[in-house]
Amino acid sequence: MIRMLLALMMITTAAQAQAQTLRLAATTSFNNSGLSDVLLPAIKMDTGIDVQLLVVGTGQAIRLGQAGDVDAILVHSKTAEEAFVSDGFGTHRREIMYNDFVLIGPVQDPAMIKTSATAAQALQRIATAEATFVSRGDDSGTHKKELALWSEAALEPEQFGAWYKGVGSGMGASLNSASGLDAYIMADRASWLNFGNKGGLGLLFSGDPKLFNQYAYLPVNPAKHGHVNAEAAVRLEHWLTSRRAKDIINKYTINGQALFIFNSQP
Amino acid sequence: MKEIWAGVQEAFRLIFILDADLIEITLRSLEVSLTALMIASALALPFGTWLAIRRFRYRRFTIAVLNALMGLPPVVVGLVVYLLLSRSGPFGVMGLLFTPTAMIIAQVIIITPLIASITHQAMRELWSEYHDLLISLNTTKRQRVVALIWDGRRTLMTAALAGFGRAIGEVGAIMIVGGNIDHATRVLTTAIALETGKGDFALALGLGFVLITLTLVVNLAIHALSRTEQEGTW
Amino acid sequence: MVSPAISVCLDSVVVKRRGKTVLGPVDLCLQADGFTIVLGPNGAGKTTLLKVLHGVERVSRGSVQWSIPNAQVREAQAYVFQSPIMLRRSVRQNLAYPLQLIGIDKAEIASRVVDWAQKTGLQDALDFPAPRLSGGEKQKLALGRALIRMPKVLFLDEPCANLDGRSTREIEELLYDATKAGTRIIMTTHDLGQARRLADSVLFLMNGALHEHGAASNFFAAPSTSEAQAFLNGDIIE
Repeated sequence: MIRMLLALMMITTAAQAQAQTLRLAATTSFNNSGLSDVLLPAIKMDTGIDVQLLVVGTGQAIRLGQAGDVDAILVHSKTAEEAFVSDGFGTHRREIMYNDFVLIGPVQDPAMIKTSATAAQALQRIATAEATFVSRGDDSGTHKKELALWSEAALEPEQFGAWYKGVGSGMGASLNSASGLDAYIMADRASWLNFGNKGGLGLLFSGDPKLFNQYAYLPVNPAKHGHVNAEAAVRLEHWLTSRRAKDIINKYTINGQALFIFNSQP
Repeated sequence: MKEIWAGVQEAFRLIFILDADLIEITLRSLEVSLTALMIASALALPFGTWLAIRRFRYRRFTIAVLNALMGLPPVVVGLVVYLLLSRSGPFGVMGLLFTPTAMIIAQVIIITPLIASITHQAMRELWSEYHDLLISLNTTKRQRVVALIWDGRRTLMTAALAGFGRAIGEVGAIMIVGGNIDHATRVLTTAIALETGKGDFALALGLGFVLITLTLVVNLAIHALSRTEQEGTW
Repeated sequence: MVSPAISVCLDSVVVKRRGKTVLGPVDLCLQADGFTIVLGPNGAGKTTLLKVLHGVERVSRGSVQWSIPNAQVREAQAYVFQSPIMLRRSVRQNLAYPLQLIGIDKAEIASRVVDWAQKTGLQDALDFPAPRLSGGEKQKLALGRALIRMPKVLFLDEPCANLDGRSTREIEELLYDATKAGTRIIMTTHDLGQARRLADSVLFLMNGALHEHGAASNFFAAPSTSEAQAFLNGDIIE
């Protein structure tokens, strides 16, 4: 009886896998921007691939790739990506597009970051004013970028007081916390524009080249995990770096603002 | 306050227009939780009854452990099931991760102790009532279990509904083992988590009200079908 | 139909509970037929004796030997408790249950149920939920349920203790009919009047010991022990 049930389970799940499906782990910032809702149907139409999107933090995406539970990952943390490839878990990394990070905060701007010259200086002003700051705190690409900026400002988050709050959550959840606390937060522009609970927050600082946020696509190495859908991963990569993708990505706007810029090299 | 009202309106709107996505995730929620309920009941009801009537050495210890398992944090269960079903894990070859089946497995683990514990409590009371009579009538163990389960069926139904409530409202475990994949493993609770994360509170609340309504409807339907509150029955 | 005579012998039976001797040592043989009443003050061990005979009480020493094989013994007995235990079902289903347990076919069950419902005066309440019957009705149902398998031996533990006069009379009539039909009845009671009405033979117990065992007429007219005499007089015995 148990064996029959097990067999039945395996047949149905195998059947699901037969149809061209590809499991892609992507970061919360990719999904919260709304871009995935536009890309996935186009991918299905053009290539026939059913992309099953798992929206998780960068750390978890890398973990899933290492475990072979997904066929490819799309993240935005260069150092983690390079380690992923050099450790043999990914075949290579392919840059697809970039957007930028922005600094969000209460519209009254108590720390006066609007007039900062650089992102590092803005963060410095926040620390000096000890204004409430929400950090992703989840080892994600966004979090790593934030830590790099603190480092550039010669500050150590470990030593910050209670005004610095690491929430350990995805982009949307962190924005919710910032909105609730009327706090400063670093977010990617796309997620911010698409966020539905802005409350008393506004976009205060952007434009520093250091806030540049590169997304890359990494197929999971079939040599390490033989079962991955390597063939579909390759086809998806071709699509993501094609003119069609460039078109869709560059044309994707929220309230007239373009969010991502396609920058894949052939 | 206005957000809650917006949520109620959103719930009505979604139901009224029979939103396709809503129907899809609602059906999937039901599929996952009802299947988990059936499997869990098939395991828990006989076990709880057997535990009530059988005397053995470590009985008290078993009962204590069973009651403690009711407090298993669902998200921990999810993490453990993920590690087991992961490709790098022992059962990875079965390819069950990120499918509704994985979600069912996690929910079965979560709700079986709950159903078994309530069953045990109810059957123990009924057994102490029937004990002398059933022994005097020279019944076999199997006949006793059957008599207890049949006569105690209304309490058992409550136990099952408690399990169902726990399952359909669960989000931590099924998020991890299911992945909340659109059109594959997204259910009401994970969709609510997603929309909350996007800051779309009206939609999240709307889905929440749909979920509450669904649970109410299921409970009412079961009670109606078994005519629990009718005069003269118990 | 002639059924083989059935008898039981208790050989030096002792029942201890928590180190205290509750019953025994008892040496006793009971024969195939008749109506035996077990008398004695509270705590004398009457219920324990009944349970030992029925096989639901474990003996610490001694043995209980029936004249038929052990496998058939419990099948041939039935027991009515002082507080009737009702299944949470209808009257009809309560009556049918003992027959279902031994696999009697449906038609036979149906006819016996109707038959016994009539004998116990419950024919109008067949589909009524049993737990909601009155005390007297419940006990009559318990008796009907006990007799429906046509047991050779029927034990009753103070069946009329909580009942009014009318119910008591109705139960006694049923017992009288049963005994006429050949059922061996062993019953405990407090009620001396009831004992006089029903008993063929009497067992008198006190403090776990069997003091007298004999024909009812002899016992009531001239008991051989002073304790029994005191009991019949209505004195408090210790």
